[in-house]
Amino acid sequence: MAKYLLLKHYRGAPASVNNVPMDRWTPEEISAHVQYMNDFAARLEETGEFVDGQALAPEGTWVRYDGEGRPPVTDGPFAETKDLIAGWMVIDVDGYERAVELAGELSAAPGAGGRPIHEWLEVRPFLTAPPTITE
Amino acid sequence: MNEVLLRSLTPNVLAILVRRGADFAAAEDAVQDALVEAVRVWPADPPRDPKGWLVTVAWRRFLDTTRADAARRRREDLVDEEPAPGPAPAVDDTLQLYFLCAHPSLTPSSAVALTLRAVGGLTTRQIAQAYLVPEATMAQRISRAKRTVSGVRFDQPGDVATVLRVLYLVFNEGYSGDVDLAAEAIRLTRRLAAAIDHPEVAGLLALMLLHHARRAARTAPDGSLVPLAEQDRGRWDTTLIAEGVEILQAALARDRLGEFQAQAAIAALHADAPTAEETDWVQIVEWYDELARLTDSPVVRLNRAVAVGEADGPRAGLAALAALDASLPRYAAVAAYLHERDGDLATAARLYAEAAQKAPNLTERDHLTRQAARLNTHRHR
Repeated sequence: MAKYLLLKHYRGAPASVNNVPMDRWTPEEISAHVQYMNDFAARLEETGEFVDGQALAPEGTWVRYDGEGRPPVTDGPFAETKDLIAGWMVIDVDGYERAVELAGELSAAPGAGGRPIHEWLEVRPFLTAPPTITE
Repeated sequence: MNEVLLRSLTPNVLAILVRRGADFAAAEDAVQDALVEAVRVWPADPPRDPKGWLVTVAWRRFLDTTRADAARRRREDLVDEEPAPGPAPAVDDTLQLYFLCAHPSLTPSSAVALTLRAVGGLTTRQIAQAYLVPEATMAQRISRAKRTVSGVRFDQPGDVATVLRVLYLVFNEGYSGDVDLAAEAIRLTRRLAAAIDHPEVAGLLALMLLHHARRAARTAPDGSLVPLAEQDRGRWDTTLIAEGVEILQAALARDRLGEFQAQAAIAALHADAPTAEETDWVQIVEWYDELARLTDSPVVRLNRAVAVGEADGPRAGLAALAALDASLPRYAAVAAYLHERDGDLATAARLYAEAAQKAPNLTERDHLTRQAARLNTHRHR
């Protein structure tokens, strides 16, 4: 088994095919989208491939250490940040092909006009613990 | 076997062990072990005296553990002091346990976890599931909390207000899992109300009952949020409402108003309205004024602006809103609502979309996005 992170971006991914902001959909289209996402996660739980899924608020803060005895420096949020993560799903699957297949399904979630969004999702493998047998 | 009945015995049993001289942390571990044992043994072999059984098993477990420890001399003193077996004393030390678990030296998350385990009798696993953290994390949080209060004397009176804040947190931030945290919070608050005569305890209990009464109507079958005005009031639980109102009236009659009683009074006025249109918003504004005097909370002033908008019209609501800090959570959502009522749909749609961006949870975000979408759909047709 191998773990993969499916990343969804607010910004930074190539434009999706059906690229209409959500507040321009109809309320029914939004409901259909939410339902699709919930069903997708539920199906992965049933197949034993779901690990975790979380959504992130769009606004964050940059923080760094500023030396002994000083509070950390904070900055942001930066409006010009190129890459902004919206959320993720962690899956534990047999391999890369399955991860790509599932990301493809997730990207087919319906959007404006009830048509698939075709949004770009980023698939990233986890670095794992080393195997016991290496020769 | 009734798990809730079993859990309801937890605080008594724990208090008895502590009174016999066990330190709180060890006693609490022993009681957890006894509860696990009870779940295993009772279905086939139910005891005649459940509480006595738990005390005996927990005490034995405590002694075994102490025996294994280095503190040998202390253990022998305890064995000498062990009271003769017999029915457990009926005195309720539950109150002291509430105070200890909500001690001001604990962080809110620690106090919540400790209260659910030591007073509520939940297992670490159940609490971890409810708050969506790994079991090991929750176990560590609880054991650190126990260490923090280890020096606190069990017989010192505590502050009811800290206990109420903890119970409010359990009720209001109940997430998921097998355990219904809202129901658990109500159970614990009921028990507290039985142990101490205090109008704010009654106020909090009434507040919880009145909100719990609306639970079935609060979400649509697809999980989306149904705002108060659109809820099917036929689905509100009238038994809970009647109980909440009765408890609240008795508390208010004592003329020692506090924030929970005031909040409950607002919930009671909503419960009292057969339809959203018949809501007595003028009285609700008055209660928000009381609440603002009691708490000076900006969140209260924000909710008050909504009520003013209903009582005196959206322009008055917007004027009340203008006096507040725009960075308040849900400010944009309130502004959007008031602008919509005022007929400015373009501004309302823009503000709903902005509010969705700032929403603190997914349910609210989806709801606010739908509101923006609803207005945009109308405007572009």
